[in-house]
Amino acid sequence: MPANLEEITALLPTFQQFIFVQVALFTALMALFVVLSRNLFHSALSLVGTLFGAAGLYALLEAEFLAVSQVLVYVGGISTLITFAIMLTRGMMFGATSPNNRQAGTAAIIVITLFSVLVGFLIQVPWSQTYPEIGDGQAIITSLGRMFVNEYLVAFELMALLLLVALAGAIMLARDHMIE
Amino acid sequence: MVPITWYLILAAFLFSCGLYAALARRNAIAVLIGVELMLNAVNINLIAFWRYGDHIENLAGQLFAIFVIAIAAAEAAVGLALIISVYRNRKTVNLDELDILQG
Repeated sequence: MPANLEEITALLPTFQQFIFVQVALFTALMALFVVLSRNLFHSALSLVGTLFGAAGLYALLEAEFLAVSQVLVYVGGISTLITFAIMLTRGMMFGATSPNNRQAGTAAIIVITLFSVLVGFLIQVPWSQTYPEIGDGQAIITSLGRMFVNEYLVAFELMALLLLVALAGAIMLARDHMIE
Repeated sequence: MVPITWYLILAAFLFSCGLYAALARRNAIAVLIGVELMLNAVNINLIAFWRYGDHIENLAGQLFAIFVIAIAAAEAAVGLALIISVYRNRKTVNLDELDILQG
């Protein structure tokens, strides 16, 4: 039994763990809403919640630039795209039809098996957990920018080219061919 | 300090949810939402391993995650444009009814 105050406070979860549990529960709950909603709109909104939760997790892991990029690109861009696509392809999800297809039962079995195998394996691995203090977050963002144009320049340029080609192709695919 | 296992288990859960959405939903857009969930799970894994790894001064982990976000954006744009185009031609995005190529 813990005898003195130090031993008791060592058993309590730290504040960081408490915050992590809150953010992780929110993210996991939203992800569950994504897959279990009958309404596609609710799935898209729950995806927005999951993305916000993931951004909170990046901020907890002290990758603040990534957290802000996640909110800007994923929530501001991709979720808006998905909402527009849902609204442009309406007209068939009214009614009480199930959102799942024929293989939903098999998929559930496979997914639960995969999750239990993953968790069973992850718990046993002795991960090397070093937790150095990050003093200056500004220096990380500066060196991220430097890495983009020094060591990872080719990947950066290719990513820009990919984005350009993908968006031009998306516009070509989705344009209205009736306008002549 | 949060043990890294907690982050990895959360990422595994998100990946399983995304995989279920990609396999078991009928609407094509719901499948794309599942793919985005899986990519987010991978990103959480990458950043957790960067933070708890041995060489935190090597920012390649964070860079990799930024590339994943950019590629997810490109893939979502093209995928949704395809779905819109299919909807214009076939008036449905129900994956059970899109079976012309099926023999």
